[in-house]
Amino acid sequence: MALLDIRDLAVSFRTRRGTVEAVRGVSLSVARGETLAIVGESGSGKSVTSYALMRILDAGGTIKAGELTYGGVDLRRAGEREMADIRGREISMIFQNPRAALNPIRKVGRQIEDVLLRHGRATRLNARARAIEAMEAVRIREAGRRYHAYPFELSGGMCQRVVIALALACDPKLLIADEPTTGLDVTTQKAVMDLVAELIAERGLSAILITHDLGLAAAYSDRVAVMRRGELVEEGAAAEIFARPQHPYTQKLVAATPRQGVGVRELLPPEARTPAPPPRIGSRPLLEVVNLTKTFETGDGPVQAVKRVSFEIRQSESVGLVGESGCGKSTTSAMIMRLLDPTSGAILFDGQDLAETPARRFARDPRRAQLQLVFQDATDSLNPRWSARASIADPLARLGRLDRRARRACVEELAELVGLPGELLDRFPHQLSGGQKARVGIARAIALEPKLLILDEPTAALDVSIQAVVLNLLVDLKARLGMSYLFVSHDLQVVRLLCDRIVVMRGGEVVEQGPAEQVMGAPASDYTRSLLEAAPRPPSGEAGSRGLPPRAVPL
Amino acid sequence: MAGRPKTILSRIAQALPVVVGVVIVTFLLTRALPGDPAVYFAGPSADQNSIAEVRAALGLDKPLPEQFILYVGQLLHGDLGQSISTGQPVAVELARRLPASLELTLLALLLSCSVAVPLGVLAATRPGSWVDHLCRVLVTAGVSLPTFFTGLALIYLFYYLLGLAPTPIGRLDFLYLEPERVTGFFLIDAALAGDWETWLGALRQIILPAITLGLFTLAPISRITRASMLQALSSDYVRTARAAGLTGRTVVYRYAFQNALLPVLTTLGMVFSFSLGANVLVEKVFAWPGIGSYAVDALVVSDYAAVQGFVLAMALLFVALNLAIDIAYTLVDPRIGFEKR
Repeated sequence: MALLDIRDLAVSFRTRRGTVEAVRGVSLSVARGETLAIVGESGSGKSVTSYALMRILDAGGTIKAGELTYGGVDLRRAGEREMADIRGREISMIFQNPRAALNPIRKVGRQIEDVLLRHGRATRLNARARAIEAMEAVRIREAGRRYHAYPFELSGGMCQRVVIALALACDPKLLIADEPTTGLDVTTQKAVMDLVAELIAERGLSAILITHDLGLAAAYSDRVAVMRRGELVEEGAAAEIFARPQHPYTQKLVAATPRQGVGVRELLPPEARTPAPPPRIGSRPLLEVVNLTKTFETGDGPVQAVKRVSFEIRQSESVGLVGESGCGKSTTSAMIMRLLDPTSGAILFDGQDLAETPARRFARDPRRAQLQLVFQDATDSLNPRWSARASIADPLARLGRLDRRARRACVEELAELVGLPGELLDRFPHQLSGGQKARVGIARAIALEPKLLILDEPTAALDVSIQAVVLNLLVDLKARLGMSYLFVSHDLQVVRLLCDRIVVMRGGEVVEQGPAEQVMGAPASDYTRSLLEAAPRPPSGEAGSRGLPPRAVPL
Repeated sequence: MAGRPKTILSRIAQALPVVVGVVIVTFLLTRALPGDPAVYFAGPSADQNSIAEVRAALGLDKPLPEQFILYVGQLLHGDLGQSISTGQPVAVELARRLPASLELTLLALLLSCSVAVPLGVLAATRPGSWVDHLCRVLVTAGVSLPTFFTGLALIYLFYYLLGLAPTPIGRLDFLYLEPERVTGFFLIDAALAGDWETWLGALRQIILPAITLGLFTLAPISRITRASMLQALSSDYVRTARAAGLTGRTVVYRYAFQNALLPVLTTLGMVFSFSLGANVLVEKVFAWPGIGSYAVDALVVSDYAAVQGFVLAMALLFVALNLAIDIAYTLVDPRIGFEKR
């Protein structure tokens, strides 16, 4: 008999614009010792399903219909007191953004103690010892010392370990992991996921893994359920569902996931594919970065964020700058963008050294228009009180020399170029979808026909199917406008699709650079290889059997 | 934490230039005020000679820098000068009147917090319920009625109609003797002396003005408590706590409330500052011998020494208050002391 059984679950939310049916008639079950992955894009209802079964829906959310049975207990009708006993002791949950998931002003050890004491797993006398044991169980080294740490003193990966320790402290039978590694670096993601898989195997837990990442789902689950807009579209064994997706949506999702051996056009549905533009890389370097160094003065002495970094970008070439958080890639791009002054080194743009102009004055420099930036978060980088039209027109008004009418025509032309329907131009950011906001951001950046576009993780916040469309748009724009790209990202598979050459950074230094195929196919450095291996294998056409996860590396 | 004492010390160091600035500004400001105190004190029948005599006696005939140096020299000896309207040394008057104002303001804030904070928490845990609506009504009433009106209304009701309150004049009815001075706060001094009859008398005098002032400060405290509790309750860490089975009390107090306390503390500091200023009206209505009414009287007659002494005392008080809030912050929030690194 299944440990957890969900029958025809329906959840709705009362909002200002009426009732939203977030989950509609979903039926799922999880057997003892089984890991079920629920995969879907944002708004698919995958998280809401799990919140409903924990009965921790946000205000306004109600379970409209369906049966939720866990080990013979009717979760839908259980009293609030009974539910509180089940949470943490029978069913536990881990969340995305682990640092925010912990109380910022309480020692992490005390937070684990709270849970142990709540479920009677410890007394006041031995709570601390038990909490330290729980931390050791998730391979936290020096748990006795870390017990006293506050979340802000720990890394993201370490915080997630604490959240896992907290969830598993009372030996629950079912673990729900809601996007547990979103926002973590690939190598940290691998360490955390391997740890979770190991703990699941060790304790014979059942688990639900909620993720948008098909690769993660394939690597760490037995069975996969695919959701879209509150409905279950397909369910099956992990290997089967990716090798032979039946539902058109699953097929589209599998196709849109960047993976080894697939070009950028192949991410799109077959009917939307147009022939890829031929590469036309110029011979002259557009940008030469020479021995670029940035030292930050901090309270604990100077910190070298970027150490003697050198690379070049030729005309119409796109270069990927890859590395994990803290590797210096963002500092490097901020210096090229002239938002930061380098400590030493040169930034030659069309043969002139940009580093000679202080960052403070560069905003008024005529060369400023030739360098543009597309930001990571399309929502936060648009003024919420400006319409799409105003956002796109802004750089034209500031740096261009167009009258009002010419500017209007230019904005409409740009919208067409990035595939943004004209009638959306008068909408505000909150009335646009993620993909549409990304298009506004790109249109704004190319408005002044820059020679170099710096793309800072432009698709990191987008769903895979939208990411596929935006990546293709970027490829087309580059061919049409002859721009060069500096593509800053942590995701090697995405970078490979768009870039001719790749620069890999670690600890402020370039560890490897070369043509994309070479860096990806035959990496020279161990670090690049570890990055490539850490990324979960997205399901390929061949049977992707679930191998035993390798042992976790203690942090 | 090695960071905390260092943070506190640097906050104290930052306060010093403020104090120096205040000394200079108050000195210049009082000199720039219109009206000539020499004329005022020479009396209506004075001629040029007697005015010049008074001016020389007050030291106002000397050039400004010299006056300033004299003033600073006296300050360093703890001498705030002589009030020319009451004839008393300013330092003595302030020492007598400041505790009266502080006692009133602190008691008002204590009353207000003990109502506003629980009300805000209840309103946040049950948004849309009757507690929430009650909170809103009470708070709106509190801010929309001016303090002198609430004061008069309370006097009318409790003194004139019901006869429950004593005559609203001063800190203590003439039947009682002032308790032996330790802190200057009658409630504390009487309790220290074990004189409970006087304590009760002092309480009966202070309760109406304290409620008047407290009603006025109810609004900002309960609003900010409600808002920051709502935010804390919808945070990720509260969701984690709930998902781990922690229940109402622990979640609300140990997780949400401790985090919500930070903005409440900040607001409390601001409310304290403005109610110290705002209680002039309350002091006037209840004939409370506080620092506010003293300052207004001194200002009207250009009593330089008294005004300077008052502004300086207030400035020092605010600096001390901000320091206390900062220190309270570092005690609640472990992240402070690390941010500047």
